[in-house]
Amino acid sequence: MNLRRCYALAFKETLQIWRDPRSLAVALLMPLMQMGLLGYGVSLDIKHVPLCVYDQENSQESRAVVNRFVSSGWFSISHNLDSQSAIRNAMDRGECSAAIIVPVNFSRTLAVDGSAPVQAIFDATDVNTTNIALGYTQGVIASANAQIEAKWAAAHGITPSRVGQVDLEPSTWFNETLDSRNFIIPGVVAVILALVGAQLTSLTVSREWERGTMEQLISTPVTSLEVMLGKLAPYFVIGLVDAAFCLASSIFWFKVPFRGSFLTLFVTTALFSVVVLGIGYLISVRIRSQLGASQIALLVTMLPTTLLSGYTFPIDQMPAIIRAISYIVYPRYYVTILRSIFLKGSGLSNLWAPVLGLLTYAVIILWLASRAFRKRLD
Amino acid sequence: MACPAVSTGLDTGIVPCQGEGMISADSTVPVHDAPVILTRGLTKTFQGFMAVDHLDLSLDRGEVVGFIGPNGAGKSTTIRMLCGLLKPSEGEAFVAGFNVGQEPEKVREHIGYMSQKFSLYGDLTVRENLVFFGGIYRVSRRDMGERMAFAISMAGLQGRENTLVQTLAGGWKQRLALGCAILHRPPVLFLDEPTSGVEPEARRSFWDLIHELAAEGVTILVSTHYMDEAEYCNRIALIDRGKLVALGSPTELRGHQLGGDLLEIGCTPLGAALKALAGAPGVIEAAIFGDKLHVVLAKGGLAAADLPDFLAGKGIKAGPASQVTPSLEDVFVRLVSMPHEEGDRT
Repeated sequence: MNLRRCYALAFKETLQIWRDPRSLAVALLMPLMQMGLLGYGVSLDIKHVPLCVYDQENSQESRAVVNRFVSSGWFSISHNLDSQSAIRNAMDRGECSAAIIVPVNFSRTLAVDGSAPVQAIFDATDVNTTNIALGYTQGVIASANAQIEAKWAAAHGITPSRVGQVDLEPSTWFNETLDSRNFIIPGVVAVILALVGAQLTSLTVSREWERGTMEQLISTPVTSLEVMLGKLAPYFVIGLVDAAFCLASSIFWFKVPFRGSFLTLFVTTALFSVVVLGIGYLISVRIRSQLGASQIALLVTMLPTTLLSGYTFPIDQMPAIIRAISYIVYPRYYVTILRSIFLKGSGLSNLWAPVLGLLTYAVIILWLASRAFRKRLD
Repeated sequence: MACPAVSTGLDTGIVPCQGEGMISADSTVPVHDAPVILTRGLTKTFQGFMAVDHLDLSLDRGEVVGFIGPNGAGKSTTIRMLCGLLKPSEGEAFVAGFNVGQEPEKVREHIGYMSQKFSLYGDLTVRENLVFFGGIYRVSRRDMGERMAFAISMAGLQGRENTLVQTLAGGWKQRLALGCAILHRPPVLFLDEPTSGVEPEARRSFWDLIHELAAEGVTILVSTHYMDEAEYCNRIALIDRGKLVALGSPTELRGHQLGGDLLEIGCTPLGAALKALAGAPGVIEAAIFGDKLHVVLAKGGLAAADLPDFLAGKGIKAGPASQVTPSLEDVFVRLVSMPHEEGDRT
């Protein structure tokens, strides 16, 4: 290991990146675009579910129920209809994904029997949305019931019985507003860093093979470790700059609450950068064409980061075998770490497990990468 | 140090055999009288195809040996094995005293290499390339300025230090590549077709550089497919289909390899004459050479004076045959075509 050679390589690589528009675009524009696209585009919150209303009674009571749906903020009325078949048509055309029907004798039944049915219909082609809308509906009805009960009791001059009832008082920690953006943005940062990092380094060795400069380089006494360190160094700096950009825009632009320490953030981000840069470099050493290397780098970063990192799809709800596989997917550790640092303010002492996972990964990847580079043509 | 007079076609400002600012072979070459490059039965096979076939070569210090042969003869493969870039399938090779197969890193510290394909960084400037290779070869910072200045003046690139290398013309690129390859003053140089695609004038000055280096004691193995360049070498190794076909100085090769007298004869039609002579008694070789025929006659067959009559008897008009001094090209045509004669002749 000779620092002079590493420095010579790092300096040369920096000049090449600086003069290569494609590398610069990947390094600087890709994070910007992806942060915008993914940061704004991905949201798991369902608000303003389009709702059709068929109020057969149109009394004060029935309108009060319908208004509760609107005032919850989760629904917005797209149509007021007057027949079952109109609801069917509206759903077919996709104009609403939920409908409520208040029956003709709603207020009388309520007054006489103490309870009255309201029908809710959901377009279940999108199961996730339906489940969430169903939950919202139950919430709306429950609060309506409480009010009706109170009103009824007051009208009859009695205090509502509270005996034998359990009241749930939910308290949501770490993401009090239940805003899915707070949960997703840290994941988006991990996805972008993985994609950009591996893309950048995937070209660094294959480019030299393609241009024929590699033959000259391997005829010199430079060692494979020096080549790896010298080539990764400038990309490591770029990776940290990209990370700083993504994390800063998460905090200051997307307003994700940041409760952790910047030191913890820096250490773990640096570690993750080493892993993704190492993966790109390993691919670049193995695949001697730039196109092939960049395609494979895209494949091995895009798929695991988006599907198995827990960035959008909760790992807890996956089948056991997939859950097991997700442990070997390196972004999973970083997504966990980022969310904990951002939302819980966790320090390294709480995060030792995922940090150890990343560290193990980094060591293995760098070891493989330093060995994969052969100073031979055959 | 031997100091032969070498004419320099370049205005490099360098006078061979003076102390400062010149190339000198690294004094760490371990064995002094042993050959600097030595191969014994060096062989390389690619999936059953024998690219280099039991090659025995030996180069002394300060020698310029030309590696000549048709495309695919195994020149590049041999050079790559000697640089430690390809592992020999069989046999062994020593460069500067180190075994190529076992100590490739030691070998690499003592060699400079120019690959067939231009392999400097085109997106870096002249100076940046030199700084890079200086760093890779760990040229001390104290020496760096002087060596860079030398390489720049040798390549004739004064004033263009900040030009991107990809915008330079072929001859400059090659001389700069040579400059990068000798920044660390290696005692051994491998140049794989360094002048291919370079205009004649630039080729000429490139060879002057090679001789300057050799005069300093650098051992140089240079491959080329330009026959005229073979004349510049101390010795020529002719290789065909992986085998060493001939080895010797240009004069030796010209004198001994034909096996008979070389005659030049003008005749029409050329094609028919070639066919007629190919099977004639005493004709070792007949080949078209420009608008004439070159014929090698063995003693005891047809005599030179009989040739016009022999051809006239076949209905071919022929002028008188005159004896000529064989060029290296005649020798190569003769040597490279030899194995064909055994099987292909109809």
